[in-house]
Amino acid sequence: MTGDAAERAGGSPAGSATRNAAGSLAENGAESAPESPAENAAEGGAGSLAGNAAGRREGSRPSSVRPAGRHALLVELPDAERTGAFHAELLRRRAAGTLPPVEEIVPGERTVLLDGVADPQALARRIAGWEVPPVTAGDGDVVEIPVRYDGPDLADVADLWGVGSGEVAARHASYTYRVAFCGFAPGFGYLTGLPPELHVPRRDTPRTRVPAGAVALAGPYSAVYPRATPGGWQLIGTMPDPAPLWDLTRERPALLTPGTRVRFVPLGGAA
Amino acid sequence: MTAKLTVVRAGALTTVQDEGRRGHAHLGVPRSGALDAPAMRLANRLLGNDPGAAVLETTLTGCALRPDRDVAVVVGGAPCPVTVAGRPAAWGAPVRVPAGAVLDVGGVTAGVRSYVAVAGGVAAEPVLGSRSTDLLSGLGPAPLRDGDVLPVGTPGGRARQPVAAPWPGPPAELTLPLRPGPRADWFTPGALRTLTSATYRVSPHSNRIGLRTEGPSLERASAGELPSEGMVLGAVQVPPDGRPVVFLHDHPTTGGYPVIAVVAEEALAAAAQAVVGAPVRFTLG
Repeated sequence: MTGDAAERAGGSPAGSATRNAAGSLAENGAESAPESPAENAAEGGAGSLAGNAAGRREGSRPSSVRPAGRHALLVELPDAERTGAFHAELLRRRAAGTLPPVEEIVPGERTVLLDGVADPQALARRIAGWEVPPVTAGDGDVVEIPVRYDGPDLADVADLWGVGSGEVAARHASYTYRVAFCGFAPGFGYLTGLPPELHVPRRDTPRTRVPAGAVALAGPYSAVYPRATPGGWQLIGTMPDPAPLWDLTRERPALLTPGTRVRFVPLGGAA
Repeated sequence: MTAKLTVVRAGALTTVQDEGRRGHAHLGVPRSGALDAPAMRLANRLLGNDPGAAVLETTLTGCALRPDRDVAVVVGGAPCPVTVAGRPAAWGAPVRVPAGAVLDVGGVTAGVRSYVAVAGGVAAEPVLGSRSTDLLSGLGPAPLRDGDVLPVGTPGGRARQPVAAPWPGPPAELTLPLRPGPRADWFTPGALRTLTSATYRVSPHSNRIGLRTEGPSLERASAGELPSEGMVLGAVQVPPDGRPVVFLHDHPTTGGYPVIAVVAEEALAAAAQAVVGAPVRFTLG
């Protein structure tokens, strides 16, 4: 289901626009506007929060902080970029010892979940006042992933992009990506960085088996399958040795953790 | 030298479980761990084990094991007949199993999941700090198969006297207290009323990932699609068919269907023991 949701995210009306949810712990709607408020704005008197939808790049605050049960908070951000910035801020504060103990910090597309929090209400009040600086381009390690651009959907993606099959590799490898969040399987990272005109839909019919190492596209995301699973993404290439994506013999088993920057490096002699 | 257990009969689904894996959800690693955690902890305490020592979690049909040395075990959780070398033995209290004798954990007489704790704990290889089998992502030891051999740890603590152990019986009706949110606003106001007033039933499609329910469909306020977001244990996720699913320990770490409410973790042990068809009531609280 995670894959489905990720696929749908590109440009679809985000229902997360609804504000003033019953039980919302904190609202900062004026700071940042929902992506497409029309659909849900009627409910809950959310009108005051409809604002300027243009993405701002200066420091920003969460759009809302919602309780998720008794020990968790779901912090909502206006867009993927500010979600990444907020996530980075949480990690900075945790490293500096200024964040109360939190068992799990789980980024999503437009949210960060804080789970295992002793006093969620107190933390919600603090978070609501944070001014989070934007992520700067040079932040984070860069991981290089070698790719043979030989996927079975290469021609379809080339058609969708309006280029020849031989140009997909150069295009795809020309961007620097960022791991927005993980899910679906251990070590499966959802990488953002493709411009909107290169977003592609999922396959109409999912494959029952996508091999480990498959480099794939769906919606705004690129990904590399850490192991063979069913999957509906468009397969454009192969990472020849996918074992490092998830290696339990390492202290940090996942190669692609949220916030990591990624470059794809085309291998010569592609099929 | 520590004991080894040979799996004589694996049963329908028997897995190794402990307190699960924490702190890895951001990598897509589920929490996992015993679904009826209080039953696991009580069985361990009765043996002098650490409360979170790894145990076996059975599903409906039990399992049978043969130790190569004398071991002490406790079978708890869902009630079931217990025999050692064919003779009736105690359920819910320490039992000595001599080397070479078969411990048979029978089919449940109520509930779903029995727990087999052994003095010293099941010493399967830990993965990311836990020995739990995670059925969603395949981490940890595979579900037991006939003929498997399980290592046992060194018995450490002193076994406690078998007190009148407070094993709660499996619920005839499952009551799940919940708090609305984080996505209650994705549903019509009537949906939360329906959820907290109608009687649902446990669906046969329930598993360690989620307690699926049958009952009235919950109506969405809009047809929008939710960007994938982090999911908590106990989340009541509502897929497109409108039937709530309560996330249990092997739940995915992120998901794209809205969560109308979250069930208190303390109530999930009872959910793990609710049989197919059992009535489920969700209450605010």
